[in-house]
Order: sequence, then structure tokens, then C-alpha cells
Amino acid sequence: MSASAAANPRVAAAASPAPTAIDAEGISFSYGERKALDEVSFTIVRGEIFGFLGPNGGGKTTLFKLLSTLVPLQSGRVSVLGHDLAGETIAVRRRLGVVFQHPSLDGKLTVNENLACHGHLFGIGGASLKDRIGAVIDRMGLGDRRNDLVETLSGGLRRRVELAKALLHQPELLILDEPSAGLDPAARREFSDHLVRLRDNDGVTVILTTHHMEEAQRCDRIGLLHQGRIAAIAPPAELKARVGGDIVVVYAGVPEILQRKIQQRFQVAGRIVDGAIRIERARGHELVRDLVEAFPDDIQSISFGKPTLEDVFVHLTGHRFFADAPASEE
Amino acid sequence: MNEIIMQAGALWTREIRRFFRQRSRVTGAVLQPLVFWLLLGAGLGASFRPSGMPAEVGYSQYFYPGVIVLVLLFTAIFATISTVEDRHAGFLQGVLAAPISRSTIVFGQALGGTTLALMQGLVFLILAPLAGIRLDFGAIVMTAVMMAVIAFALTSIGLIIAWRIESTQGFHAIMNLILIPIWMLSGAFFPIAGAPGWLQWTMRINPLSYAMGALRQALYLAAPGAAGAAIAPMGVSIVIAIAFAAGAFVLAARTARHAPAI
Repeated sequence: MSASAAANPRVAAAASPAPTAIDAEGISFSYGERKALDEVSFTIVRGEIFGFLGPNGGGKTTLFKLLSTLVPLQSGRVSVLGHDLAGETIAVRRRLGVVFQHPSLDGKLTVNENLACHGHLFGIGGASLKDRIGAVIDRMGLGDRRNDLVETLSGGLRRRVELAKALLHQPELLILDEPSAGLDPAARREFSDHLVRLRDNDGVTVILTTHHMEEAQRCDRIGLLHQGRIAAIAPPAELKARVGGDIVVVYAGVPEILQRKIQQRFQVAGRIVDGAIRIERARGHELVRDLVEAFPDDIQSISFGKPTLEDVFVHLTGHRFFADAPASEE
Repeated sequence: MNEIIMQAGALWTREIRRFFRQRSRVTGAVLQPLVFWLLLGAGLGASFRPSGMPAEVGYSQYFYPGVIVLVLLFTAIFATISTVEDRHAGFLQGVLAAPISRSTIVFGQALGGTTLALMQGLVFLILAPLAGIRLDFGAIVMTAVMMAVIAFALTSIGLIIAWRIESTQGFHAIMNLILIPIWMLSGAFFPIAGAPGWLQWTMRINPLSYAMGALRQALYLAAPGAAGAAIAPMGVSIVIAIAFAAGAFVLAARTARHAPAI
């Protein structure tokens, strides 16, 4: 998934008249007084895996609800696969597969019954429904569990049934809300492999929201959402390249004083984020050595590493990813 | 049109399947009203004579059709209560993102609730001889039809509430404030004839009173005299009951159309 959208042959090969899957312009959304999205604009290309990354309360869930047609647009304009989201909602829904964060399966029904119910809601019945159920069950490896009640399945299996359900009507666009929430690392990896295969074999466009760096890392492109605005959109590698070199983090008793000392002695501007001095700099390991030698008594601890997406977030917003999350937006 | 039937049918099937897989619901919805009937019927029967009724009709018998409506009411409430939770973090999320209109969703839900209520009402109807009511074939058919109409109306009212509110706690409060009083003032519990004037008026504007009256008259098709003084002629009562059901459904569909999915 690390290939950029431009390098992805699927995107180039999609010679359909509309190469964009979603074109959104100036989306704003408020819950009463509180603004959840503020003038958000983006374009998602067909055949890419696009992740909206951001802390809780950043606006991801609201964006998911808007794009999956659960709540109506308040302002802005969105075109989904060439259809107007507000005016042609039913047409959009037919071509959209949605995977919810909270289970949308009926635990009292079997895997088969859940899928059949979903097929009927999309107007698919008879032999065609049977074929499609068989196909998605095979694809998701659910064959031996198809007649089990969903409430008896493990979390990972249930998520697979959710995906099978979302794929039953063969959507061109799949949108998932926090698909890895509640999954262990192995199940998360496996689930994300399914998404890659969908992109590669079926040309499905995948949009997901996440606050997992690891999951975001596997997307073709990422939109960083912070306080209802998009801070950046780019492939993960490109985002990381925006951070200058390595990341050195220094903890000190009085970080402001040490920050000034470092500035005077090494002409290095750090900034204080969440009580620690953060310095972005090429050849960070040399700086670590110099700092430890220069201020052995001031430094409580010091660390150094290659930039992660979390560092990108700090670099772009000046906020820590997890620390400043306001209450959940639900 | 075919698609709408398929969609509503999917939701209907789901309601029925769920119901039979939750055994406590099956027993609860019939047993609770049964206990009501036995205890209240026996307890009140000794000291309470329903006014305007023939001498041979005791309280247990008078109360019997009222309890049928209570069975329908409880089942309708059970069937709609899951809507509240389903909408935020459950099955309905997927339905709301499917190419199906809100009216069709409500229709499937109402049909499911009606079927469940009707099945349980029919189970309760087996006890009619115990209440001293003699049923013939015509009475059974007519009673079943009226039960279906009433169940559809009550489920629709439940859905109006369920699509409007945010939590199940809210549902219980509104249920006790609206649904139970509507039932109590329908002639289920006491006849309109003996009630004071202001209460009579309340009962007369309550549409469930007419549905209740039609059901009572349907039960006594084989022995018309024993039904006592009706609130309105049977034909009028049936028309009002059907209008009540249709009106409640239209309102429920409207509410659902304007309800946010979050």
C-alpha cells in the first residue's frame, strides 16, 4: 500500500470518463454551536486507498457520516462517482459500500441471513443473490461459518462479515469507519490485506478513517484532519519527508530554560510540545551526542528517531496527536 | 415496486426471525398480560361491576378484550424499542445507508411488529372460552382482522416515538406517559358509560376507544347483546380504527424521513 497514487497502475489504468471517485468542496458541518468540519475540500482518485488520519474529535467520524449519506450535507458540494451527494443520494448509495465502526450485523441472524437481508435491501434476489453470497463468503473465507449466528463469531470474523456485506452489491467505492478498531494486530493486518486485494484485483476505491499510524502508513494517500480542517494531503512517505530529517525529543526539568540554552549554543530552534523540547534536524544522532555532552545536568531523558506520521502531525499542527484530543464527537 | 416489497420483506423477515430466537420475549409478551388479567380480573371482579354491561358479564370477561389490546401494545413496544439502539450503533446503520426510502423502512418495521403482535394476540385468543366468550368462525376472523389493525396502529405510534428520541430510557418515560394512558382510556379497563363527563370526553377523542369497541364487538359476533353499549356502531368504529392506523403510519414515516441518522 505504500506506493503513491500516481505510481499506482490502477489509477492510471482507470480510463473511465470520471477518474475522480470523490470531489469535495468546502464542506462545513456543525453540531449546534460546535463546528466539526470547517471548509474541508479534497479529491479522491479512483482506485486508490485513501485514509483520513486524525485524533478523535478531529472530524473523521463526521466526514464518514456525510460521505456514507447518513447525515445530509449542511454546506459545501460533494460529487461521488459523478453523482451529486445531496441530490442523487439513492444513486450514490447503490454504488457505495459502507463498513461501520459499530457492528451493523444482526447478532441473532446467521452470516447467510445477514447477507441475504442486505442483498434484498439493495434489490438483489433469487439466483443472483445466491451466487453473490457464495462469492463474498468464499472470498472472505467464511465458508464453514456461514450458518452460524453472528453473535457467536469472534471480533475479527465479524469484521470480515461486515466487509462481505459491504461488498455484496459490488460497490465501486468502499468507505470504512475505523476498520481496525477493536482488532488485534494480526486481524488488523489481515483485514488490510483484503482492502489491498480489492484495490488491486477489482479496482475498488477505498476510503477509511483511522487514528492508527500503522494503518495510515499502508494507505496510498493520507488526509490529515485536525480540528475540522485538513492539515495536509499526500502519500505517507511524502508527508514524512516534510519533516526535516530526524526527530530529537528532550525532556528536562524546566524545558523553557534548556530550550534557550540550546538555541544559544547550537543555533537550533526547538519547540516545546507537551512539556518536551522537540527538534527536527538532519543527522540527529550527532545532536544527541552534543546535547548530552553540553547539558548533562539539565537533561532528564533524550530520544531520537526517524519521523513517524505522528511527528508529521506535530510538525504540521503543533499539537500532539493523542494528548490534546477533546471529547469524542459522538 | 418489486424492490420496495423485497426491501420491506427483508426487514419483516428479520423481525420475525429475531423474535423466535429470543425466547424471553416470546414468553414475556404473553405471560405478563395473562398475569394482569388473572390478578386484576379476579381481584376487581368481586367489587366492581362494569356499568352498561349485561348482568351476566363479570369483570374478568369485560377486561378480556382490554387485555388482548394490552398484549398487542406490549408486543408493539418490544418491536419498536430496538429501533432506538439500532439506529445509532446497530443493524439500522446499514439499512440507512442502503438505497431504501425511510417510508419503506418504517413500513417493514410496522409490518414486522404487527405480525408478532397478531401471533401473540391469537395465542391469547385461545383463552376466550375461559373468559366466558363463545367464539364462532366469523368472530375469530373478524377479531383477528381488528387485532391486526390495532397492532399496526400501536406499532406505528411506537415507531413515531422511537425515531424521534435518542435513548431507550427516554422511550420508557414516554411509553408510560402516552401509550399506557391511551390504553387505559380506551374502554379497555373500564367502560365509558359509567365514567364522569370530562373523562368520557377524553375517551371519545381517543381513537383507540373505537378500535377497542370494534374489537369487543368482533369478539361477540356470535352473541351481539353481550358486548354491551358500544361507543359507536361497529362499521363506524372499524373505519375510525383503520383511519387511526393509517394516520399513525403516515406520521411515523414522516418522522423517520426527518430523523437524523446519528
